[in-house]
Amino acid sequence: MTGREDFRSSFFEECEELLEATQDGLDVLADDPHDSDAINGVFRAVHSIKGGAGAFGLDALVAFAHAFESALDGVRSGALDLDDGLVDLFRHCGDNLSDLVSAAREGASDDIEASAHLKERLREVTVDHVEDAPDPQFEPVTLLIDAGGHDETLSRWDMEFTANPDLFASGNEPGVLFAALERFGEVSVVADIQAVPPLTDLSPLSCTISWQIALFGQATEEDLRQAFEFVEDVCELRISKSGDVIDQLVQPSNVQPGSLPEDSATDALMPDLQDFVAELSDGDAATDAALAPVSSDEDKKTAPPARATSTIRVDLERIDKLINLVGELVIKEAMLTQTMATLDIARMSEVSSALDSVKQIAGEIQEGVMAIRAQPVKPMFQRMARIVREASAATGKPVRFVTIGDTTEVDKTVIERLVDPLTHMIRNAIDHGLETPEERVAAGKTEEGTITLSAAHKSGRVLIDVVDDGGGINRDAVRALAVKRGLVAEQDSLTPAEIDNLLFMPGFSSKEEVSELSGRGVGLDVVRSEIQKLGGRVAIQSDPGEGATFSISLPLTLAVLEGMVVDVSGETMVVPISAVQETVRPTGADLHQLGIDGVLLRNRDEMVPVIDLGAFFGFRCPPQQLEDHVLLLMSNDQGPRYALVVDDIQDQRQVVIKSLETNYQQINGVAAATILGDGRIALIIDADTIMRALSAGGQLDAALDKTFRRAG
Amino acid sequence: MSEAILEQTARDLEVVAFRVAGQDYCFDLGSVREIRGWTTTTALPHAQPYVKGVINLRGAVVPVIDLSERLGLGAAEPGARHVIIITVINDQTVGLLAEVVSDILTVAERDLQPIPDVVDETVRRFISGVLVKEDTMIRRLDLVTILDQQQRHAA
Repeated sequence: MTGREDFRSSFFEECEELLEATQDGLDVLADDPHDSDAINGVFRAVHSIKGGAGAFGLDALVAFAHAFESALDGVRSGALDLDDGLVDLFRHCGDNLSDLVSAAREGASDDIEASAHLKERLREVTVDHVEDAPDPQFEPVTLLIDAGGHDETLSRWDMEFTANPDLFASGNEPGVLFAALERFGEVSVVADIQAVPPLTDLSPLSCTISWQIALFGQATEEDLRQAFEFVEDVCELRISKSGDVIDQLVQPSNVQPGSLPEDSATDALMPDLQDFVAELSDGDAATDAALAPVSSDEDKKTAPPARATSTIRVDLERIDKLINLVGELVIKEAMLTQTMATLDIARMSEVSSALDSVKQIAGEIQEGVMAIRAQPVKPMFQRMARIVREASAATGKPVRFVTIGDTTEVDKTVIERLVDPLTHMIRNAIDHGLETPEERVAAGKTEEGTITLSAAHKSGRVLIDVVDDGGGINRDAVRALAVKRGLVAEQDSLTPAEIDNLLFMPGFSSKEEVSELSGRGVGLDVVRSEIQKLGGRVAIQSDPGEGATFSISLPLTLAVLEGMVVDVSGETMVVPISAVQETVRPTGADLHQLGIDGVLLRNRDEMVPVIDLGAFFGFRCPPQQLEDHVLLLMSNDQGPRYALVVDDIQDQRQVVIKSLETNYQQINGVAAATILGDGRIALIIDADTIMRALSAGGQLDAALDKTFRRAG
Repeated sequence: MSEAILEQTARDLEVVAFRVAGQDYCFDLGSVREIRGWTTTTALPHAQPYVKGVINLRGAVVPVIDLSERLGLGAAEPGARHVIIITVINDQTVGLLAEVVSDILTVAERDLQPIPDVVDETVRRFISGVLVKEDTMIRRLDLVTILDQQQRHAA
């Protein structure tokens, strides 16, 4: 089984959260029907379920969610008045949505009648008030899927399942397969263990058992074949309708996932197999009961084919706690070393060598724990590839999908929370960004559009870009639409960048008609708020005719950062090493005055502006004599180089990033904080912000003016 | 204000009392997580003058507010005897710098008196009432206002 199963199960996990959010929102709305946050929340949750369901081809779910969403949108836009009756209807819809999700999770046919009924009611309330979005043509598909299930007659199927010896080697578990049959009806399974060799010859890795399966229920041969699809090539399967096989067998035994090989090994040692089987059956009457026709929750959980996996899901809070504790350990260890140095017992070799190993182990634990959180973005990128395919198919625009830097490691929380925003951005890029093939050819481009998704670490931040080579942002249209929606006034004069940023306004959708694919403009404003919640920023850069680039810049929350520990006017700070190109001890000849307080450094035949870090932060006036200070040459490839004045460089080391925003707030020019060996906090500077202040010119002057006043 | 207090039932209230710039203050014990000795803070750029900086509280970065400065009583000169009262308000952990913690008191809510109208607006913003205990007057702080202002100013 493949990544697809993986994505499927993570979709259903997300659904649980979204359904919960839906319920929470409806609870709020029941008390206060005018709570716009709640209605937006419910709308987004339903929308996200629809989006995910679309990706997995769960058409019944998409169709229902779409109807539900249209009604919610009516309320959201004010076209519909949310009275008690409507809240009640929405609650029913929420329940039905939950049922549909469970049904889809089981892979069983869904309760089409309840959906159809609710959809009809939703249509009734929306039809007069809301310009209904194009109704997706999914019903025929649903009926097709359902056709097998609507056969009212029960039939009896007998199956003989003989595994090839290497069934286990491919990671398959017959018990799970048999359990999956329960969704068709009542199943009884008998193991035939005649071929099992004596214990001495038994190989636990090869499967020598065959099974007789009897099924009473509604199923077609096709259904049954499909249930065994994954093991097709490692087994022999005979299926016959209403055969007689089971009667010849001793007595039905039970299916007990995970215990089959061991049991059969034991069986081989028993002189009287039949007695043993009888004994087993009696002893396990309770598990027999669990084989009763599917309905209980537990059955639902075991029903989908389980993927053999060696990973576990762990609450991130637990890992965070561990990270904090390990961080404390490392700090305490450093303090102990310092204390020992002052007590002059460092020479006692046994103590110091023991302490050295503690240090080493603590370091390794720290690395290991940090590595749990940092994960490559590759799986997320793969997930996006699927989104691209689906979007491409839905829009009829051929798309080439390019990923760059998929080994970039990013904090797990960040990855998980990037999925939704990125999905929206990619759908937007294909739906709104790329032109139709005809338009592309007319514009002298290839018929196939290109979407590039890239990830990289830069200056202690993660940069993720979604680039399309489409027509770019149609600024006239965006502006006109924003005026129409009342987001800006007709006479406002807007710069191109300001117009581009209108796309992030809540309620803005750049397509006139509602699109099934990227929705009703929930996309970009949600994208921005999600990214901001992660402490990141989104920027748009667009050239007419050339396409658009959406850049997400994220802090490396909780990631490790390689930093240079520096002294600045009595404070200890950390500069991300990735931003430091070189360090310079300036001589008078390299420094040139420009204006009253401007200083330039001559470096590699380039004149580089000099900024005092202490003055930037308002700790002091810029020092007059730079010769006894150290200059850090800062660069990234997005802006000009500059030299940062610090008093001294202490150390170069890995530091743990701590959020300042949790208990305080964001500070201009500060990326995060960290804890040093002595237990004190040091601020990690944000080299990009300082660079931007520099690029903006005036802003830097203003900042410096302000800090002079403060310092003076 | 007085009406609101009259309506309150005679519930008991636990408060932690402490001294700031020679004056007695208190707030609800429920907001207090722990009380620590003074440790040197790391200065924050562009912060309000009453934000002393941040300290490391078992791996968390926690800002420390100089209550004296915040209440307009002049900046404190923190020494070894000063304490940091760690509080959690609106899910944020914040340390409050005080001279000394004097007591933990159980008082009836009816013992709380509104502040007289003559007091100027800046004081009334932070003090939600006073408590007369023997010969001292303890001012009850409105923690939410103290922290809320911090956020709004700096944002």
